[in-house]
Amino acid sequence: MRAVAYRPTPPPAWQPRTDPAPLLPDPEPFRVLGTEAAAGADPELLLTLWAQLVRGRRFNAQATALTKQGRLAVYPSSTGQEACEVAAALALKERDWLFPSYRDTLAAVARGMDPIQVLSLLRGDWHTGYDPYEHRTAPLSTPLATQLPHAVGLAHAARLKGDDVVALAMVGDGGTSEGDFHEALNFAAVWQAPVVFLVQNNGFAISVPLAKQTAAPSLAHKAVGYGMPGRLVDGNDAPAVHQVLSEALDRARRGDGPTLVEAVTYRVEAHTNADDATRYRADAEVETWRRHDPIRLLEQELTERGLLDDDRRRAAAEAAEAMAADLRERMNADPVLDPMELFAHVYAEPTSQLREQAGQLLAELEAEGEAR
Amino acid sequence: MTSATSPVSAAAPAGAKPATMAQALQRALRDAMADDPTVHVLGEDVGTLGGVFRVTDGLAEEFGDDRCTDTPLAEAGILGAAVGMAMYGLRPVVEMQFDAFAYPAFEQLISHVSRMRNRTRGRMPMPITVRVPYGGGIGGVEHHSDSSEAYYMATPGLHVVTPATVEDAYGLLRAAIAADDPVIFLEPKRLYWSKAAWSPQAPAEVEPIGRAVVRRSGHSATLITYGPSLPVCLEAAEAARAEGWELEVVDLRSLVPFDDDTVCASVRRTGRVVVVHESTGFGGPGGEIAARVAERCFHHLEAPVLRVAGFDIPYPPPMLERHHLPGVDRVLDAVARLQWEAES
Repeated sequence: MRAVAYRPTPPPAWQPRTDPAPLLPDPEPFRVLGTEAAAGADPELLLTLWAQLVRGRRFNAQATALTKQGRLAVYPSSTGQEACEVAAALALKERDWLFPSYRDTLAAVARGMDPIQVLSLLRGDWHTGYDPYEHRTAPLSTPLATQLPHAVGLAHAARLKGDDVVALAMVGDGGTSEGDFHEALNFAAVWQAPVVFLVQNNGFAISVPLAKQTAAPSLAHKAVGYGMPGRLVDGNDAPAVHQVLSEALDRARRGDGPTLVEAVTYRVEAHTNADDATRYRADAEVETWRRHDPIRLLEQELTERGLLDDDRRRAAAEAAEAMAADLRERMNADPVLDPMELFAHVYAEPTSQLREQAGQLLAELEAEGEAR
Repeated sequence: MTSATSPVSAAAPAGAKPATMAQALQRALRDAMADDPTVHVLGEDVGTLGGVFRVTDGLAEEFGDDRCTDTPLAEAGILGAAVGMAMYGLRPVVEMQFDAFAYPAFEQLISHVSRMRNRTRGRMPMPITVRVPYGGGIGGVEHHSDSSEAYYMATPGLHVVTPATVEDAYGLLRAAIAADDPVIFLEPKRLYWSKAAWSPQAPAEVEPIGRAVVRRSGHSATLITYGPSLPVCLEAAEAARAEGWELEVVDLRSLVPFDDDTVCASVRRTGRVVVVHESTGFGGPGGEIAARVAERCFHHLEAPVLRVAGFDIPYPPPMLERHHLPGVDRVLDAVARLQWEAES
């Protein structure tokens, strides 16, 4: 009998579904500042970004100071990462949705939200101090990457409804190791949901450096496995982040599906005020990154182009100071809390058990009041 | 709250036809989707296949793939996406294929679904129904037979509901989908093929969730149960008549909210209680129920509240599961231990 080589016909699922080459990120992070692209950048946009960076830096400093005064329970600072935070907020249209992580308070503030409402979580007066529907901003997510599938579901729902709404979800480098990161990107790509994922690779997940987090060529490369484009951008170059995010958001808006953007940046401060970064990294490394500071980089460009005069500097500094003073003043007042509200938002209608417990607390409060 | 008495064998309404619990559940989904365009079904194999238990049979065909969606195989992703859909005003109904396959979704469930309303001061409710086929008795291998209700009960912000009859399967699922809070809807796999004469309740007749029901009246002792253990308790109550005991059987239907009124009214009538469920005894729902009964009706009790539960073991292989599941004899043994001698 003649031996015939068995050659199965590959079923359709075996065919490559996507050409991976166009999805691959560029080998070097995209930059605008200090490159030829800078000349083409819109001066108004550059100045808006700059003023917001100055305000953002001041916000971070003020929030950190408030932890020392006991007015904030904790503050995870985005100092050094302001370009990502500000560019994310400015790239969105008002009707779009933002899904921030706990370090992205500045993005919410740059979206125009009241800082004191944004800081509710970290002040400890309520978990989410703002109305998510007012500024189309989801609650700050403390559990890592869990907000990403929410962004996918919301974007998917918006598309089903025929609304011109896209979602931008923010996550850190550590968060990319979570299962929810994987599931969100996979769902987004399969559904072609109008969503953009912004990974701020700030080098550390608390103390653990990126090398212990992933063996991928870059975090942007992870996109290819899902069948979506990955973009790599200098996260300290505000106009570059703004451009890459705007392109990705436009792409989503056109119905061409999701994009993963990795912004390479650095967490200049410790994880939070409660962390000691000297235990896991050298000062010299921090200094290197301080020289690649987002505000300094942008100021260089603006100065060279003669766009930044003393009046503008003064106005930006004064606006930032006024924001900080207002925040300080309002934070120094004790918030008015109603303990009975503890039972108000567990269910649409409290259960009989919760009504009973509310009665118990009310009696305790009344007894306290009488004792005083 | 009045305690309703609704025997399983009550006269069937006019126009009633025999239907299985799976069919009643399918009809509930279908009617909810037809009545409300924001209701979306999503899960694994819920589309073309109609679900592994056929509960979503025909929905994709009737309403399209966008309303009944086959998702990638990832439970956290399914529930996480449902959260985002609910944020945008949809009313997702998620199917978890089996009890133990729902565990990957626990972080989404506990960290977000259950408390989004609370986190946002009531501004962002989560009207999500999570359907979970649960319990044993179908010969399922390893991770196909868990009774996971205690995990859900321990999470504030969730409603936990389980039907034991064909009629309740329809009514409770309609009520769950209509609720503005997340509902864990536990479907007793063992009863999917149980049949009863039934016709769908009109929307106005659908009871709100949170009410227990007396399935059989009696004065000797109360059996408190739910879901897959209801038929066991009814059979035990029938058998107990030979011993001279008239057992009352309470079907909780809703574990959260818990209907203290119906339970306590029954306990005050009978003075003796056995709680019956498949879930493990240690840390299981029975402990909570026994404590509530003791706190509220201590002076009416003639004997300690006893529990007949699954053993405190991982769910056994199918060839041994009959030794694990509460059966009629084990229930009757417990009834016999309710200190009857004290009466004479």
